[in-house]
Amino acid sequence: MFSLSRKDLVALAVFSVVVLTMPIWLAPLGASYPGLMQKFAIYAIFAIGFNILFGLTGYLSFGHAAFLGVGSYTTVWAFKLLSMDVLPAMVFAVIVSGVFALVIGYFSLRRTGIYFSILTLAFAQMSYSLAYSVLTPITNGETGLLLARNDPRYLDAIFGAQADVAGLPQPTLIGNSVSGYTGFYLCAVILILAFYLSQKIFASPFGMALRGIKSNQTRMNYTGFNTRPYTLAAFVISGMFAGLAGALLSITDPLAGAERMKWTESGNVVLMTILGGVGTLFGPVIGAWLIKYFENIFSAINTNMLNNAFSFLPDGVQGFVVTVLSKFVGEGWQLTLGLMFVLIVVFLPGGLVEGFHRFMARLRRRKEAPERVSSTQPAE
Amino acid sequence: MSITPPNIILHAADVHKNFGGLRALSDIDLQVEEGKTHAIIGPNGAGKSTLLNVIIGRIPPSSGAVIFDGTVLTGKAPYEINQLGISRVFQTPEIFPDLPVLHNVMAPAFARRDGAFRVNMLRSVGSEHEIREEAEAILDDIGLHGRREHHAGSLSRGDKRRLELAMCLIQRPRLLLLDEPTAGMSRHDTNTTIELLRKIKSSGMTKVIIEHDMHVVFSLADRISVLAQGRIIASGLPQEIKEDPRVQEAYLGGGVE
Repeated sequence: MFSLSRKDLVALAVFSVVVLTMPIWLAPLGASYPGLMQKFAIYAIFAIGFNILFGLTGYLSFGHAAFLGVGSYTTVWAFKLLSMDVLPAMVFAVIVSGVFALVIGYFSLRRTGIYFSILTLAFAQMSYSLAYSVLTPITNGETGLLLARNDPRYLDAIFGAQADVAGLPQPTLIGNSVSGYTGFYLCAVILILAFYLSQKIFASPFGMALRGIKSNQTRMNYTGFNTRPYTLAAFVISGMFAGLAGALLSITDPLAGAERMKWTESGNVVLMTILGGVGTLFGPVIGAWLIKYFENIFSAINTNMLNNAFSFLPDGVQGFVVTVLSKFVGEGWQLTLGLMFVLIVVFLPGGLVEGFHRFMARLRRRKEAPERVSSTQPAE
Repeated sequence: MSITPPNIILHAADVHKNFGGLRALSDIDLQVEEGKTHAIIGPNGAGKSTLLNVIIGRIPPSSGAVIFDGTVLTGKAPYEINQLGISRVFQTPEIFPDLPVLHNVMAPAFARRDGAFRVNMLRSVGSEHEIREEAEAILDDIGLHGRREHHAGSLSRGDKRRLELAMCLIQRPRLLLLDEPTAGMSRHDTNTTIELLRKIKSSGMTKVIIEHDMHVVFSLADRISVLAQGRIIASGLPQEIKEDPRVQEAYLGGGVE
């Protein structure tokens, strides 16, 4: 029931090692601080969930940030009303975003293709605007939803926890603070679980049905599958993943703002998935890491750092190289990302994962080629 | 109206279909006996595909009803009709081009076993040995076993048609609808398909087949109905149809052979 095929088991083991050793291998890349690694893990969860809908069924949602936002708000409300423990907060965030996804999916999935995408975008923008205006009592509008010392926290009150701590209360995991590396490892473990769940879905008859819908919906209907509940289930599951990612955002930094629901956030997860490889297990994770890396590290490179890096060049050349490169880093990081996106979509429609497979296939061919030569020689 | 005898599994009763002002089907009364192969022939534009589409629920009739084993099919969704035990082979093969050939055949078996909708996320396709063996046996029958790991989209047109037939057969339908199953096939492929259809004929499955190729029709059919200008002009045993002067005039152009 919880078993995986040997191939998936190896993939899960490799994935777990890669995720848990992030602080080591990200150090030379200048990204090994917990705040950023948490983001890597959280957005990977978001993209994995998005891929269950987009990658398997082919339905392209442009409104998944709405579920990220709902998860964030729910978590902060759980902190305010129930307890500072992260477990009930996460459970509620997943449930509430799931209900949200059920409603939005029910209407959006009545259409396919571009109309479906537009409907999801409309719903997400509606949620975004509402969070800023009408729903201010729930979302605290532009300021964002914050914790306060005098929040009721009924569950904590019952158990008498954190009654008289100075300053704002901090989220805890069964009594342990989740700041810094603990926060990262919490996100990392949940990412591994999310990856495992996505492996199970990919390998299941349910996942096969979702792929069938992407491949040929007509045949699915005439084969006896009622496709609508399948797509709705995929939509709700991916909405729950997004809600969980939103919850973790609020857990690692206990506030929630409406900007998390903005359409650019929805667009980002689409880019992540396409960049890495739609419908693959690793693709969305790689895409999420790449984009977050560019956004946080590449954007921080300034002219001084470039000057230092190219100080070995003669003065004139150095000035030229730095002037050209500075357009692509710092504030220009989106230019680099955009160019990379264009190149990948044009030359590697399957994303980076396809690029990797092609590379491996070429290596294998090169390895086999000499053997063939040597075996034909005796015959001559 | 006529009373359906107990051994009639499919009955299109008094079916009319108009497309705007065009009468595509009129006064259709088609009865298909259980376990028989019933061919529908007729010249181009006679309404054969329309009739099949009405039966399968793809287009609703303007009036009349289609009854399958006591259940009215009219108004039901395609998946519901399939769950009642009716599978269909299309004129242009409808397969899953992005899935491996083996999964193409396994998916319909899941629909048969698990019904129209089931979220079974914790099972894995790889551990469904029973369905896998069944699918491999059918692929062996149609000669595609060696290509089971290939994507179905990479198959030749003839292979796609046979694959689609296999996808229908694994559901063990009570009624199989075939829309020109050999159109565009080479003579050799046509004969292989006839052999395959003969083999399953003995299994008691009812078949309704639309076909242009008289060679295919007369080698398979137990009953033939002739459609011309949206009406059934004759219905009967192959020998009767061959000799019917109205049929010869309307369709066969004066001679069968």
